[in-house]
Amino acid sequence: MAVTGGILVLYLIAHMVGNLKIFFGAEDFNHYAHWLRTIGEPAVPRRTVLTLIEVVLGVSVVLHMWSAVSLGKRAAHARPVKYRSKKKSHAQGYAVHTMRYGGVIIAVYVVWHLLDLTFFVVNPKGSDATPYERMVADFDPSRWYITVWYVLAIVLVGLHLHHGIWSAFQTLGLRTPRRERGLRGLAATVAGLVTLGFAAVPLSITFGWVS
Amino acid sequence: MKLTLRVWRQSGPADKGRMVEYKLDDVSPDASFLEMLDVLNEKLIASGEEPVAFDHDCREGICGMCSLVINGTPHGPERNTTTCQLHMRKFEDGEVIDVEPWRAAAFPVVKDLVVDRSAFDRIIGSGGFITAPTGTAPEAHATPVPKPDADRAFEAAECIGCGACVAACPNGSAALFLGAKVTHLGLMPQGQPERWDRVVSMLDTHDEEGFGGCTNTGECTAACPKGIPLDVIGRLNHDYLKATAGGKKR
Amino acid sequence: MIDAFYQSGEPIADAKAPAGPIEDRWTTRKFEAKQVNPANKRKKKIIIIGTGLAGGSAGATLGEAGYHVVQFCFQDSPRRAHSIAAQGGINAAKNYRNDGDSVYRLFYETVKGGDFRSRESNVHRLADISRNIIDQCVAQGVPFAREYGGLLDNRSFGGTQVSRTFYARGQTGQQLLLGAYQALMRQVEAGNVELYPRHEMLDLIMEDGRARGVVVRNLINGEIKHYTADAVVLASGGYGNVYFLSTNAMGSNVTASWRAHRHGAHFANPCYTQIHPTCIPVSGDHQSKLTLMSESLRNDGRVWVPKKHGDTRKPYDIPEDERDYYLERIYPSFGNLVPRDIASRAAKNVCDEGRGVGPGGLGVYLDFADAIGRLGRDKVEAKYGNLFQMYERITGENPYDTPMRIYPAVHYTMGGLWVDYDLESTIPGLFVIGEANFSDHGANRLGASALMQGLADGYFVLPNTIGDYIARNPLPPVADTAVTEVEDRVKARIDKLLSVDGDRSVDSFHRELGHIMWEYCGMERTEEGLRKALDLIPALRAEFWERVKVTGTGEELNQQLEKAGRVADFFELAELMVVDALHRTESCGGHFRAESQDEDGEAKRDDANFGYVAAWEWAGEGELPVLHKEALDFEYVKPSQRSYK
Repeated sequence: MAVTGGILVLYLIAHMVGNLKIFFGAEDFNHYAHWLRTIGEPAVPRRTVLTLIEVVLGVSVVLHMWSAVSLGKRAAHARPVKYRSKKKSHAQGYAVHTMRYGGVIIAVYVVWHLLDLTFFVVNPKGSDATPYERMVADFDPSRWYITVWYVLAIVLVGLHLHHGIWSAFQTLGLRTPRRERGLRGLAATVAGLVTLGFAAVPLSITFGWVS
Repeated sequence: MKLTLRVWRQSGPADKGRMVEYKLDDVSPDASFLEMLDVLNEKLIASGEEPVAFDHDCREGICGMCSLVINGTPHGPERNTTTCQLHMRKFEDGEVIDVEPWRAAAFPVVKDLVVDRSAFDRIIGSGGFITAPTGTAPEAHATPVPKPDADRAFEAAECIGCGACVAACPNGSAALFLGAKVTHLGLMPQGQPERWDRVVSMLDTHDEEGFGGCTNTGECTAACPKGIPLDVIGRLNHDYLKATAGGKKR
Repeated sequence: MIDAFYQSGEPIADAKAPAGPIEDRWTTRKFEAKQVNPANKRKKKIIIIGTGLAGGSAGATLGEAGYHVVQFCFQDSPRRAHSIAAQGGINAAKNYRNDGDSVYRLFYETVKGGDFRSRESNVHRLADISRNIIDQCVAQGVPFAREYGGLLDNRSFGGTQVSRTFYARGQTGQQLLLGAYQALMRQVEAGNVELYPRHEMLDLIMEDGRARGVVVRNLINGEIKHYTADAVVLASGGYGNVYFLSTNAMGSNVTASWRAHRHGAHFANPCYTQIHPTCIPVSGDHQSKLTLMSESLRNDGRVWVPKKHGDTRKPYDIPEDERDYYLERIYPSFGNLVPRDIASRAAKNVCDEGRGVGPGGLGVYLDFADAIGRLGRDKVEAKYGNLFQMYERITGENPYDTPMRIYPAVHYTMGGLWVDYDLESTIPGLFVIGEANFSDHGANRLGASALMQGLADGYFVLPNTIGDYIARNPLPPVADTAVTEVEDRVKARIDKLLSVDGDRSVDSFHRELGHIMWEYCGMERTEEGLRKALDLIPALRAEFWERVKVTGTGEELNQQLEKAGRVADFFELAELMVVDALHRTESCGGHFRAESQDEDGEAKRDDANFGYVAAWEWAGEGELPVLHKEALDFEYVKPSQRSYK
């Protein structure tokens, strides 16, 4: 869980940085999207690196989910009879308890997101447009509900990271009392930046700052 | 104080069990939670009903026998306090209080609020020790232990084996219990020779006993009456990875 | 004697302690002991009752040695035994402080502290072994307190002049017990020890005058089962719960010892009871047990009560000149640091005068205002913070703002089953270790010595002596008839308890018995009071068997039934304690007879007439107990009167 999560976090950061290119204008953004497909050329054929990344991501996502499901199953077996009174949480806050259902919502979101901006199935512009055009069309003010959906999902991703990053260090045995504050800070910072960075694009388009 | 209690009653392992409501009219705020249950039991006996079975022994917060989930929280609302040290002045007059046993597959209910925690003994037996046959010990001052290590080992060794960590964990994991012992023994120079085998065999036993996996929610340490810190789990993971992936285990 | 309350029997003697210089006796005994062939040990079974410091360490050691150990405890895990609650520390004559400590000094102080009512040979062995215990525990990884150089820290404890107490914060008992428990669980996992938690011994199986096994009740399903062996070891702890309110655990009981007593094991010095001066007072009728607060509090706290009788003002509304700092007044040189028994009795006296404070007037103030003024709140908090917290948790009062209230409580019982130097009782093959025996503390136990004795017995003494018995006594299997008879008796007793079906709960009887004992056989005993108790106890016992209400059945987890059996035995023990206290007309250690005090109110021993161990034999139901005297010789430590003025 920690290892696959770590890979996904690194990917998210890169993805976010790429997204922010939209603020440099259509040309920059489209150029970046094109570059993604041509990395490594001519040493390797077109899309090689991107495919590799996609495979690693796919495997990570599957393993991450598989770990989550098996932990969930173990948890269910470990407590077959539930508490009657509502169990109160006394620990680290809200984020911890969003990991499971939040993870499921994020998974659903990722499917939507792929259908939208990778396979263009649910995108208003479809495959004929440029990436920039697809983005702008997606978050048009008239489609405010899509923006809301994206932002909500991103907030959940943020919460997921807030606990997940710290938790990964704990699972890998890299968390010591001395590193505790640093790790908490790192988790909060990365989670915050990723949330802001991802949310900035759809919000900016919807509010007309980018068109 | 007037109280309404909703207590888990289960006549034996085969019984399904249910919450039963009792009313108490005259509870002293100076009574401990268990003394309040004593009062309830005296009342039940007087009316010919069967008293509520619950585990308790030292009643001074150290034996680890008392084990009640009170209003959804193991050992009740006061932090760093066992059920036996919890006093009724922490509750409101007229309050409705739910009392349940630890709930975990590895801790099956024996009767009412009494559960079987022998899984913990088996975990300790599988590696939670330092092999030191009686009479073989070298002079105590032969091996100095740096004070910070000794102090941290002591903090981990304070675990009373009550199982509140398991009861609180959404996953039913005993990682805090494991981590406490692995940390205690792993910090002592005497514990080094068996360090890597210990962590692997204790964790294996933990899994075989049917405890869940740790997802670092931190509920365990919040419920722990001795405040065992979460870093013992970090140390457990560290030692486990080093022993397995790192190839330290023999 | 007009009103006879006991019969006199033959003197008894310890036949096992070798003669010769005291420091060589243990070595001699070990050398003379016959050895069991290592290949045969697996075929030899030893039953151990209890898993505290003594039982746990004995089980681990005997299992490791190769014996087939079968061990029982009534708790759900061996780790819960009440040794876990010992706070202060463990003594050992390591002389790490270079302050003149030695085995001889520890021996000397223990004999003297025991008010010259213990056996020199045993105490010397204990002092000698104390050093090995520390080595053993450190090797097991017990996290003792250490200094910055990494070496073990020591503190002085219980009024001794040297620093010889090893400790692990206020949880020394816990850490030592966990060490023994872990070693025991290792043996369980290795198959050398069969462990049965939640099992209670209800009777002893005898054959040909020897202890050959036990009948136990499985507390989960009520099943009555027997186990036979080559020898039986009782490590079942003390009997302080006869007072109902004590610092003992709720389950601590005398049943194992008492059942053995009824089969012929003599009970020695049952009246020696240690009462600890600094406990949190009773807060109401609901009170189920008392909590000890470390004695170290007396280092900085000042004990006082109002001068006026029935003064109900808040403590800090009482002006300085209307307070009586009675310990400082009566004992100017030791002040608040007088020994446990003296501090306890003084507290009782001022409360009896009607000057006690708090609910029921059973309490005295332990005031830290001076210490806070002198040292500052931070320093006081650093020293006693956790104790203050515990006090506040229990009483709801903040000791920084108002003085603590304390009152004495029963804490430890020096008496127990009589054993010889080998720790063998008067029943061949029945060994008794730890608090359950009587051997090492005389009439009064010094602080930090209980842990030392439990571990000495379990790790080092018993494993050496029990082998001698087993090697000398090859025994045939136990006949079925011997077993079924005992099983039937146990079942009949359970049925009897269940069939009374009266109208009073077990606890109500226990509470009343405790009250009688505390009132008449507590801190201060008088002929008149003891005689009264001797009337009250049998009457209450008779009422118990007519009116007790035990709910449920015998075939399930039934905590009322468990309690009922224990309380029934406490009744019989209580009577013997009173008899012992009544016959011993001197004052010594944990036994203060009001008739035997000097002009200053100090305990007065009578060595000429009472320099012996009183070993009581059970003579049968309704018969007067038989007194056997074991004379005590003091070759090394000459008896002297204590004085703390």
